[in-house]
Amino acid sequence: MAYTKRFDGRKFDETRPITAKVGVVPNADGSAMFAFGNTIAIASVYGPRQLHPQHMQNPSTGILRVNYNMMSFSVSDRIRPGPSKRSTEISKISEWALNSAILLEEYPNTVVDVHIMIQQADASTRCAGINAASLALAHAGVPMKDLVASVSIGKMDKQLVIDVNKEEEDYKEGEGATDIAMSFMGAKKLTHIQLDGKISSKELKEATEMGKKACEKIIEIQKKALKEAMEIKND
Amino acid sequence: MIEDSKLTSKRIAEYLSNGKRFDGRKVDEFRDIEIDVNLSKKAEGGAKVKIGKTEVWVGVKMSVGEPYPDSLDQGNLMVTSELTPLSHSKYEYGPPKFPTIELGRLVDRGIRESGFIDLKKLCIVEGEKVWNIFIDIYSINDDGNLLDASFIGTVAALKSTKIPHYDEKEGKIDYEKKPKDNLPLTENVPMNFSIYKIGGGLVLDPIQEEESAAEGRLILAAIPDKPLKICSMQKSQTMDLDTDEFGKILDLVEQKYDSFTKEINKKIDEAIKKNK
Repeated sequence: MAYTKRFDGRKFDETRPITAKVGVVPNADGSAMFAFGNTIAIASVYGPRQLHPQHMQNPSTGILRVNYNMMSFSVSDRIRPGPSKRSTEISKISEWALNSAILLEEYPNTVVDVHIMIQQADASTRCAGINAASLALAHAGVPMKDLVASVSIGKMDKQLVIDVNKEEEDYKEGEGATDIAMSFMGAKKLTHIQLDGKISSKELKEATEMGKKACEKIIEIQKKALKEAMEIKND
Repeated sequence: MIEDSKLTSKRIAEYLSNGKRFDGRKVDEFRDIEIDVNLSKKAEGGAKVKIGKTEVWVGVKMSVGEPYPDSLDQGNLMVTSELTPLSHSKYEYGPPKFPTIELGRLVDRGIRESGFIDLKKLCIVEGEKVWNIFIDIYSINDDGNLLDASFIGTVAALKSTKIPHYDEKEGKIDYEKKPKDNLPLTENVPMNFSIYKIGGGLVLDPIQEEESAAEGRLILAAIPDKPLKICSMQKSQTMDLDTDEFGKILDLVEQKYDSFTKEINKKIDEAIKKNK
């Protein structure tokens, strides 16, 4: 049977309800939470600060270091705390997604540390994590060309959908589920893409266009969250 | 962040020798405490606790496993803590350092010795199958006194815990099916107090700077009884105490216990009611 109606009743090009907020970790230089429905990520940023060990320092620029971790209770089967192959890969992918957007040439020998944690998972956690991280970097005042936004595009049998949840991720009918996580800087340039499944290049082009559009909306929400924080400060 | 200077520590100690604190609180006064039990839909129980700017998240997960050889008819309790680099610039990734291990151990001891969880009721088949209870503590923002925050969070998380549905024939847990049973808990609701010695005086609920100025701390958990019963204790760091001081600490806890425990449990119960 074709995927004619989404499990949770959303339109094909509709994300789950998005919540975004900055300033959730007072100790950090910048911090944010970002949620796609039941998928909730928080991120904090420390830096630019001196990088140790010294041999890792780059005298021509500051560097970005991202860590992604799921909290043990964010999924049904408890995750043992500590890094895994999966979290190590996502950390690096997220770092690359954000790296093009930040300008650290003025801060040689320093590091900007980004810590992402998933509080509750219902698929698309890396996208929520990248969105929270981008927001936290902006909140920290790290110089950036633009915000980075991330979204997952799914192909359920033959139908393209935006912002895949767990139920859709596990879809088995017809051609099954294809999951494409992607990030755009300023809703223009692709800074990250990952794909699991089977898809034609024509459909994939269509999927990236859909992703770009969704990221435009996400960036607006990120900007709104940043502005709201400024207004509270001014009061 | 710069390390707290010796100068700051010295000034904090001087102030406290006159019974004064930087933020104007009394020596035995806590900062505002907020409790929320809406942490994760994937957890069996959970809590977010804020004490001033300090924030801790505690999640409870349950699974079915084998009992330990020395407790064949009891559920297993495991407490793990993570002092996350997200929560303070002084924390790093890598193997857990002593403060991380100590935090988990202290919460474990207070909960276990109090008998708050009725572990005997968590036996499914004696010697074969019992419930595992995993308590995972994460620091979200460290501004001092993570331990008391973690302990309150653990009590709140346990109170909010529902046992997932277990299919004995299949030997599988259905995490999706709506659970109905609460975790079997007793009347022995423990409360933890960390008493810090700074500049010769005794202080409760220190902020970060006060914590670094402290010589050490005495940690104890107690259960409500007449008279109060202390169920776990540990002295941290190299500080020494004379028996007079030790007596003073016990008096301070005795005097603080009732009202504080009542206030916290009221907050927990309200949070659980709100989340229903």
